[in-house]
Amino acid sequence: MEFFGSAPTLPTVWFVVVGFFWIGYIALDGFDLGVGMLMSGLFARNEKERRLLLNTIGPVWDGNEVWLVTAGASMFAAFPMWYAGLFSGIYLPLVFTLLALIFRAVAIEYRGKKNTERWVKGWTLAMNIGSFLIAFFIGAALAITATGLPLNANGDRVGGAFSWLSLPAIIGGLAFVGFAIVHALAFVALKTDGEIRVRARKALVRLLPVGVLPLLVAIIYMQITSASVLSLVASVISVVAVVVAWVFARAAREGKTFASMMVFIIFGMLSIFLALFPNVLPSTLDAANNLTVANASSSPYTLGLMSVVACFGIPVLLIYQSWTYWVFRKRLSVHSIPEAHDAADLATLPNAR
Amino acid sequence: MDPLEIARWQFGITTVYHFMMVPLTLGLGAVVVFFNLMYVKTRSDQWKRMTKFWGKLYLINFIMGVATGLVQEFQFGMAWSEYSRFVGDVFGAPLAMEGLLAFFVESTFIGLWIFGWDKLKPKIHALCLLGAVCASWFSAYFIIVANSWMQHPVGVEMVDGRPVMTDAWAVFTNNTALVAVPHTLFGAVQVAGSFLVGIAWYKLYKRRADGVDTVGENGKVIVGDAGVGGRDRADFKVWFNSLRIGAVVGLIGFFGTAFTGHMQAQLMIQQQPMKMAAAEAACHDGTAFSLFSISNPGAQNCDDVQAVVEIPGLLSFLAHDNFTTDVPGIVSLMPQYQEQYGTHLPDDPMYGERAGQEINYLPLMEVTYYGFRGMFTLGGIAMLSYFYVLWVTRKKGQGTVPEIKWLSNLAIVGILAPFGANVAGWVFTEMGRQPFVVAPNPDGNPAIKMFTAAAVSPGVSGGEILFSLIALTAVYGVLMVAELYLLAKYVKAGVPAAMAELVENPHNHTHDEDHTDRDVLAFAY
Repeated sequence: MEFFGSAPTLPTVWFVVVGFFWIGYIALDGFDLGVGMLMSGLFARNEKERRLLLNTIGPVWDGNEVWLVTAGASMFAAFPMWYAGLFSGIYLPLVFTLLALIFRAVAIEYRGKKNTERWVKGWTLAMNIGSFLIAFFIGAALAITATGLPLNANGDRVGGAFSWLSLPAIIGGLAFVGFAIVHALAFVALKTDGEIRVRARKALVRLLPVGVLPLLVAIIYMQITSASVLSLVASVISVVAVVVAWVFARAAREGKTFASMMVFIIFGMLSIFLALFPNVLPSTLDAANNLTVANASSSPYTLGLMSVVACFGIPVLLIYQSWTYWVFRKRLSVHSIPEAHDAADLATLPNAR
Repeated sequence: MDPLEIARWQFGITTVYHFMMVPLTLGLGAVVVFFNLMYVKTRSDQWKRMTKFWGKLYLINFIMGVATGLVQEFQFGMAWSEYSRFVGDVFGAPLAMEGLLAFFVESTFIGLWIFGWDKLKPKIHALCLLGAVCASWFSAYFIIVANSWMQHPVGVEMVDGRPVMTDAWAVFTNNTALVAVPHTLFGAVQVAGSFLVGIAWYKLYKRRADGVDTVGENGKVIVGDAGVGGRDRADFKVWFNSLRIGAVVGLIGFFGTAFTGHMQAQLMIQQQPMKMAAAEAACHDGTAFSLFSISNPGAQNCDDVQAVVEIPGLLSFLAHDNFTTDVPGIVSLMPQYQEQYGTHLPDDPMYGERAGQEINYLPLMEVTYYGFRGMFTLGGIAMLSYFYVLWVTRKKGQGTVPEIKWLSNLAIVGILAPFGANVAGWVFTEMGRQPFVVAPNPDGNPAIKMFTAAAVSPGVSGGEILFSLIALTAVYGVLMVAELYLLAKYVKAGVPAAMAELVENPHNHTHDEDHTDRDVLAFAY
């Protein structure tokens, strides 16, 4: 039973599942990270706007971040050699990613918990820089797994702490940062009302071609180096989708713009993963050391067990996460944001009634 | 620089830190679910206040657990790649299931609960929190299944030098996990109990110290109304009930932990006899349990250990439910281990400079001995405080807490006791597993084991790990200060900090332009 060339079936299915979680993470947390960057002076004009931006992602960002956790954990379960080789190989980028993830998460929850300028400014900065670093290093990590590391026969990186640093890694980092910013502009245009909605859409029209450029470079680079028929088809769909997104943005069709952006990222990432297949992490030293779906995967028993769990878990996940977006579907404006108060001040006010 | 030692310190620090947030999330979450369901059922203002206030503290802590949990998920691959390769087939599955079946539910539904107060029907809203908290308990189950496999590997066969899962049922119903899961969850429940007791006691004391509540001539409390800061008569009920519920919750936690701990000790004596011996600093076979030992158990030398106070028969009771069966000591265990698992590490490059070294099967006794005692001493002290609280708040009493400042300070400090017990327990069980990262199953294939010395990432340098150790520790330190600061701030401010409608807020009644209150979010960051 070999449906995918010479690659075994179950590991291939799990390559698709791992790719699904990574693509879900990029597509969903992508706009959270972009909003985190837009909260800086680049886009937000005042504190009310910063809070408005934050609250567009408030109810959903945590659920979006779990896509990353599950992408990592499903790599561990299904491809231990890939997980071990990649994560130890890009040790320093992941340290920065983790620190940034910590700061971003805590910033979202703690930023409004004290109403002084220093506190709010400090956590806003943590949010801006944290979001930027997460996007950059996750983008770099995915570019590295697509283009390879100097792996020895054991699957360990050689050449020191910075041997992961390469032009593709930097392009990958910029690709996710650029995409996150324009994706967030499309999201903000869809989720807000008032002046900020118009401003986001206009900024999107201006920035879209620049923002997606590094990602398009990455997509095309992968097609040149290791295309397959499927990956070429996916890359063509993604390029068409991004042009369509731009046309919709110019026509002020916010829902369709955002949907086209989603199609763009899903098929763009898909084209990269498909071009990588059947490798999961090539070795730049010797093709014999390449990690592939066949030699990096867990046993058929484990993959079968995980498949049963995924068949149940993934559809249910999609249902309740969709429900969250439905519950919080209403557009927000600066008028939706209640006044900020400090807990200590509330304790000094007279009782109500 | 030795990458192994640095990586071990990093794993220890990040895991202990993570596990200071986690038990509070698990325990307090369940308590807030109870408050919220009571509110939905009774629609009483008091339960709403309790839901909102304790819910706010829950969230301040929750996010730190989430943020530091990411490090846990990633660092196996980053710093322990050989470990990840060796165990991935069996260890990765529970982690992936945790993400897919539990953590996703928790994170999604917590967002619905935080922002859903005015968007969802109260019943649905409360069920969102119930879903999130149940998911966090399921998370604990999956994580402990993974951990228990390291303590007691089951359900696998060796294929090409690696354990491969052959029996998922055995892995997911590992008896080590089936007692460790309730032990951990009861431990978390006790943390929540002390958290409620300490804070509610302080708030009741403050009401007395500020002259809001007084004690009349009949020796009964006269509940007052401060007129500001939401400190009305209902506010008293919030703290009084939180205090008593906290004490009951703490007692459930303590006795649950003690009972499951007893079961764990009995398994441990079969599965990891050396860990039990090291916990006891028990050099020779015997039946007595030592309360204190003189000289230095950390000397790792049996001639140096002298028990001062011993309770005859107690150790046998802990291990075998009788008072006479000998529990094996270190001196008789050591040759058994050496015979079964070798005297020297193999001459394999994967052990680096440790290749061929003699293996010491005795964990750091100082850590296991005092970790074991620290765990039940701290838990026991907290247990006494719950009985004291129930006695102080009994029907015939004053009906509030005494106006004694040091006692209130002690109540706050006492919150730390069950945290300490949790940390001590985990440090004991993880350090007690050494020198193995995957301890061999005495009834299984002796090849299914892994020495910690072989687990670290071969390609990662000591300098890289040292950098991350310093960076993570520094960031964790700063964030601990931020969390404690916010918790203290919200405790001091009381219920209105989580429920602004309790006070006359200048912003409560502002309608700007044509926007009604309906458009304003009930909660916003």
